[in-house]
Amino acid sequence: MKSFANFFKTKKTLINVIFAVLLYVLLFLSFNKSLPLEFLNLSRTNQSLAIKMSYYIILAVSLNMVVGFLGELSLGHAGFFAIGAYSGCLIAKLLVSMGIPSVPAFFISCIIGGLAAALGGFLISSSILRLSGDYLAIVTLAFGEVIRSFSKIIPGLGGTIGLMDIPGFSSRTVEFTCSFILVVITLAVFKNITNSTHGRAVTAIRDNTIAAQSIGINVKAYKIKIFAISAFFAGVAGVLFGYYNNNIAPSYFTYNLSIEVLIMVVLGGIGSIKGSVIAAIVLTGIPDWLRNMGSNKFFNFIADQRMLVYSLVLIIMMLFTSAPAFINFRKKLFGNISNKFNFKNKNKKTAEEVA
Amino acid sequence: MTVLETKNLGIDFGGLHAVSELNLKIEQGMLYGLIGPNGAGKTTVFNILTGVYKPTFGTFYLNGENLTGLSPIEINKKGIARTFQNIRLFGNMTVEQNVMVALHNEFNCNLFESIFRLPRHFKVEKQMHKKATELLEVFGLSKEKDVLACNLPYGKQRKLEIARALATNPKLLLLDEPAAGMNPNETAELMDNIRFIRDNFNMTILLIEHDMKLVSGICDELTVLNFGTLLASGKTTEVLNNPEVITAYLGE
Repeated sequence: MKSFANFFKTKKTLINVIFAVLLYVLLFLSFNKSLPLEFLNLSRTNQSLAIKMSYYIILAVSLNMVVGFLGELSLGHAGFFAIGAYSGCLIAKLLVSMGIPSVPAFFISCIIGGLAAALGGFLISSSILRLSGDYLAIVTLAFGEVIRSFSKIIPGLGGTIGLMDIPGFSSRTVEFTCSFILVVITLAVFKNITNSTHGRAVTAIRDNTIAAQSIGINVKAYKIKIFAISAFFAGVAGVLFGYYNNNIAPSYFTYNLSIEVLIMVVLGGIGSIKGSVIAAIVLTGIPDWLRNMGSNKFFNFIADQRMLVYSLVLIIMMLFTSAPAFINFRKKLFGNISNKFNFKNKNKKTAEEVA
Repeated sequence: MTVLETKNLGIDFGGLHAVSELNLKIEQGMLYGLIGPNGAGKTTVFNILTGVYKPTFGTFYLNGENLTGLSPIEINKKGIARTFQNIRLFGNMTVEQNVMVALHNEFNCNLFESIFRLPRHFKVEKQMHKKATELLEVFGLSKEKDVLACNLPYGKQRKLEIARALATNPKLLLLDEPAAGMNPNETAELMDNIRFIRDNFNMTILLIEHDMKLVSGICDELTVLNFGTLLASGKTTEVLNNPEVITAYLGE
């Protein structure tokens, strides 16, 4: 009970919990089409899109753990995603055939899929500890492709066709609830790691490895741990993907997926957890929203050329978040508002203010 | 009691003898200076003593324990902490966090305790916070504890680096050019600080310095290196008046 009391000690935790609950209730009502305003209720396509978004959020946040938090470029996230998906879905099929209901089976297979992916993360990170930067990126890229190639030839994984008839959820609401819980757990774990002595140690490694070693931080151990945790959540996302899609095949786990997730991380802001979530939602949504733009001639054209528009949106977002001219322009527009609501920087005074 | 002893310590980079046959003996509570012209191998000695480089020859002992060939992390845990010639702070962390991160071996909790926010996590955070506050108080940095380290003025960055090194509870503190880039006032303050650390933390300090006023002001003993070999060693005044040392610094 004491630890429970500790949990709510900080006001911020309480606010986050309340926010999560409210968001859940709102989305739950919206899923059940029971909100008073029609446009607030999610259509069938948007419902399935919401599930897709949640596994992309988990992927983006977990990749951010390696890219933003640890500061190492990893291009093999699809590999961990695949390990989780295959091992988790095999277990899920087994459990359901034994008569276990699909929801408990889902969470058990999430843990097992996650652990399998974490093992992969442990093996790959402990073998490439001496590498960093571009070389690490190349090796992780190869790792992802190796996993995909192996999934084609390992017996029992269904070759290029992949696994079929993966158990799903009984309804969209149950599916949404489960994926929402997973997203919340991912965010909470990421937050808890960053706001702890381990988070500080990892930030120290990213800022200055030599100094970190000189004060006795075990750089190698932390790199392995963060890689494994990141892989764990990628694996969990893989299981969610399997349940959502009902079949998995090697063609889903190409390196394009790794790049797509990396784009989310970079556009959302490297190291920013909020940014990753928003970028995952927007970038997953855009292609679908563009497709259903409506019957207008102009919108039809956009719908046809949606991949072109998608890349345009990427470029514009990139300019908007990182080009100095755009940042100044943005500050002119929203400067006052963002200053008022900038809680985060409030207690981080500059040296001049103190002196 | 001898805190640090090196026996015939040496390192080769390819064909270059960067340091050779170095014998140092530093007693408990001593302020020991390591000086020499540029490129004499002073920082290389520090890098050997902190495990960044493995010595090619010789051994070194901390309180009689052989530390030769250990990794930087192990050496730090055994009790040697250092600062750097070019300041290496964690710029994106606040001043307080910079000190707290150095305390993480002393107050330990594992990753799972932090992830699930078990009671131990809160206990450790509290202990770290308390100790960091104490240390920052000593160095007069408590006002700036929420400032990002990269925004600190230069002199305070130097101080923070020393505070961070002290947070690891060392037996021997290595200071690499602590007065570099400081004005005379700041240097005078630094000298007081170093004496204060020695007296109040019961510390043994080995420092590299070019500022002769600082060296002659606070060092008990000196060793002069030139081209990686020992040129002179002994009491500060004697060494500084040694004609060979003067030649090495000023030329014939």
